[in-house]
Amino acid sequence: MMWYFLMSDAFTFGAFLISYGTIRMSSNSWPDPNEVFRAFPFMSPELHLPLVFVSLMTFILIMSSVTMVLAVAAGHAGDRKKVTFYMILTIIGGFMFLGCQAWEWTHLHGEGAWWGRNPFPNVNGSKASTNFSNFFFTITGFHGFHVFSGVIINIIMLIKNLRGDFERRGHYLMIEKAGLYWHFVDLVWVFVFTCFYLL
Amino acid sequence: MSNQATTHDTTHGPAAHGSGHAASFDTKPIWRTFWILLGITMVELLLATIHLKTGFPNKYVLNGVYLILTCAKAFYIIAEFMHLRHEIKNLIMTIAIPACLFIWFIIAFLTDGNSFRVLRDRYDPYHVEQNTIKVAPAGGEEGPAGKEQTPPAQKPGEQQ
Repeated sequence: MMWYFLMSDAFTFGAFLISYGTIRMSSNSWPDPNEVFRAFPFMSPELHLPLVFVSLMTFILIMSSVTMVLAVAAGHAGDRKKVTFYMILTIIGGFMFLGCQAWEWTHLHGEGAWWGRNPFPNVNGSKASTNFSNFFFTITGFHGFHVFSGVIINIIMLIKNLRGDFERRGHYLMIEKAGLYWHFVDLVWVFVFTCFYLL
Repeated sequence: MSNQATTHDTTHGPAAHGSGHAASFDTKPIWRTFWILLGITMVELLLATIHLKTGFPNKYVLNGVYLILTCAKAFYIIAEFMHLRHEIKNLIMTIAIPACLFIWFIIAFLTDGNSFRVLRDRYDPYHVEQNTIKVAPAGGEEGPAGKEQTPPAQKPGEQQ
């Protein structure tokens, strides 16, 4: 069932990203992501580090995906302690990602970008419409909300595991399902990363 | 991508199938997948940096490369992390076939967006003019710059 839910969710995200692509194709010019996303926490903004911060976010999410698989693998082996350990690591990874995103949003908001406000000019120097920031905040916000609910699900799984529910049940299928959701969030991020930061 | 997939199948596939479901959760392929994903991301970052510094790979070529690399990453996440590769064929098909709709969606909608742009450029002078108005580069205060921008943006509309 999880797979079918994820399919429907994939189509939701797909619709968002495709509408982003359509609007971008219908615009004569578009803000340069390398100009918009160039800041890094605790570094001078003059340093101009495009893509570095978002690559770090990608790394964090992939890393937490790995610990999630390891938790699922430990669940298959019936190793409750290892499941706990890897679930905690996954939750920490999720919170790190959310923290990074919160910082990025705060930074962009500080630069004057928000829904309906876009201070960044187009590549060719002309004034950009608000489409860019609208899509950016909506889609990363929707994704961030998925990450947040994923963290909540993972915390519930961790508590159930600590209480020994899965051990009594004899299988760790719930961990596996939470894992599927978590990987899906990672998968969506791969596409968001490409669409907003690279293209 | 398909090449790597087949080599993977020959090295790990039979072993995983031989010893049952549990054994397919080997931690080795997980870490290998992690390194592949990390490597692809690093390559993307490197290409973007080279492009920024030298402008060497054409932006359109680069976008194609990005798309291919993204699909490769998606393939590895779905196949290995989400474990779809080791599921029964029917489940793989119920996922893979609807996902193919995306190919059609993307082509159809992007073409549509592009044709909308072409039409507006042809029939809407205001749309073209908007694109030629330069804004003062960022660095100045945003508030006044935005106010200065509004009058010229309205003038062409009044003239119409």
